[in-house]
Amino acid sequence: MNLKPETIHKIDTLVPRYPTMRSAALPLCHLVQEDQGYLSHEAIEWIAARLELQPINIQELVTFYPMLRTEPTGEYHVRVCRTLPCALAGAYQTCRSFEEAFDCKVGHTSADGKVTLEFVECHADCGKAPVVMVGETEYTDIDAEKAAEMAAKMKTGELPTGLEA
Amino acid sequence: MALQQTRLIFKHIDEPGYTNDIDCYMQHGGYEQLKRAVTMKPEDICADVLTSGVRGRGGAGFPAGMKWKFLDRKSGKPIYLVCNADESEPGTFKDRQIIHKDPHQLIEGMICSAFAIQAKLAFIYIRGEFFEGYRILERAIEEAREKNFLGDNILGSGYSCDIIVHRGAGAYICGEETGLIESLEGFRANPRIKPPYFPAALGAYQCPTIVNNVETLCNVKHVIDMGGEAFSKIGTPGNTGTRIWCVSGHVQKPGYYEFACSELTLGQLIYDVCGGLKPGRQLKAVIPGGSSSKILRADERFTGKLKDGSEFDWGIEDIPMDFDSLMAVGSMSGSGGVIVMDDTTDMVEALANINYFYAHESCGQCTPCREGVPWMRKVTQRMVDGEAREEDAELLKSIADQIAGRTICAFGEAASWPVQSFIAKFKDEFVEKAREQAARRKEGKEAALETTLI
Repeated sequence: MNLKPETIHKIDTLVPRYPTMRSAALPLCHLVQEDQGYLSHEAIEWIAARLELQPINIQELVTFYPMLRTEPTGEYHVRVCRTLPCALAGAYQTCRSFEEAFDCKVGHTSADGKVTLEFVECHADCGKAPVVMVGETEYTDIDAEKAAEMAAKMKTGELPTGLEA
Repeated sequence: MALQQTRLIFKHIDEPGYTNDIDCYMQHGGYEQLKRAVTMKPEDICADVLTSGVRGRGGAGFPAGMKWKFLDRKSGKPIYLVCNADESEPGTFKDRQIIHKDPHQLIEGMICSAFAIQAKLAFIYIRGEFFEGYRILERAIEEAREKNFLGDNILGSGYSCDIIVHRGAGAYICGEETGLIESLEGFRANPRIKPPYFPAALGAYQCPTIVNNVETLCNVKHVIDMGGEAFSKIGTPGNTGTRIWCVSGHVQKPGYYEFACSELTLGQLIYDVCGGLKPGRQLKAVIPGGSSSKILRADERFTGKLKDGSEFDWGIEDIPMDFDSLMAVGSMSGSGGVIVMDDTTDMVEALANINYFYAHESCGQCTPCREGVPWMRKVTQRMVDGEAREEDAELLKSIADQIAGRTICAFGEAASWPVQSFIAKFKDEFVEKAREQAARRKEGKEAALETTLI
């Protein structure tokens, strides 16, 4: 495993704060995923070993929690909320706009690797629906038209990937 | 008539110039209650919280002081405090505001609460999608630590407590308190078998644990500020304090609005506060407390008896916004997420959307839920795809009836209530859907219409 020194440092600080080592499993999944972009078999085994667990103990988390990924995303990771309040505000049309712009069905990564487009469940900002996330940055009130503008900016690379922090 | 909000928790939120750093918080009187709390007897704070009558703001509305009373203090095991910041109930977005715009209010409320229950360690379980909220809380905790508001020997009181911010990873079930604890311990978030009914007896790490919602913990700070007795005067008996109503859907001004419990009716909230519906539209239905709560039909008459024995006869607009009134009309105030739907809404599509959510979020532990909820999704999906059958309404109801009450946690009810209530109140639309499709098919047209909600 080739983790960045700052990731290792974060992990080493975090683990002893918990009453049990296993409690740090989900946080470590996050940290390693942020470092690597996704959780490979090697990463899962590494986390398990670091916490003195079996790989299955981490694997079962990866298959349970929707935010944990076993494959890298495209350059842009676009998450469109589709839950009722966003849907009432037109989220499905928002998503269709992204699908058309990237010629990519929701749930997939575009052929050129530019974007991974996903539906997600309620992101708790329903007063400004529809809600869209790009990387870790949230955009609100995104109707189909604004989605098309965002897509255009992603194609030119103008829009931040939301992973810079 | 413009109704004036009673802003207690949201007093400074969105105030011009108010920032989320510790200096701004302290300039506005922040951490004064903590300074006072650590000079009080912990049991006196617990008594005050009980007197205040404050009920949990996460959904169930259980009195917080009572929950604290259930703590097993005899075992001698360490006590843990967990803040449930997994805000995931569709239609709810109040905790996000507190975390983003006033994080120190939460931290102060938490340390006051932790001191009151003498917790050894506290956690904030924050949903994974709140990337920015997580960073804000981490920074706020460091600021508070520098000022000795948390950490070792807090303000010289001899009491020590730390807060760990623990991120979830996209699972709704982590909002269920025992599922949350499993997740915190590093497992899948499968809710625990009851009894014990309360983690206060046996919770995290097999130790007594209190799990409270973000807003509930903020309320503790205000209980200390004004005293339990004075706090209990806000609202009505049994429905004390304020509620933050998160309004979404088909209103002119969606958003969050804080009012004393019972201070306004559902009609006032929709028409006076949120500016009513879009021009030319009529109210069709309201889901008053997050997507799990039972839907109310706009032309219903609600009659019955309240807890105090008084009789009521309300239209949808007359319903007072509080715990007991919404329960009396057969729904609940839940997490305060009010989803408004106008007459353009296709109820079959709306239910298909809700069923998709619950099918996605079932943890898979109990068979009725794991199997039943995806079946309800498949049926409503088939209906909107052009294969609706007249008997589908009955079929949906029969599936829902076999889930509720047969699962380890309340998710079974949360997933069944929307189906049961949509069918009870809009059955005609479900039957009509099948008839319309049959008619179109007869004319040689495509049976399904284009959908907007699924």
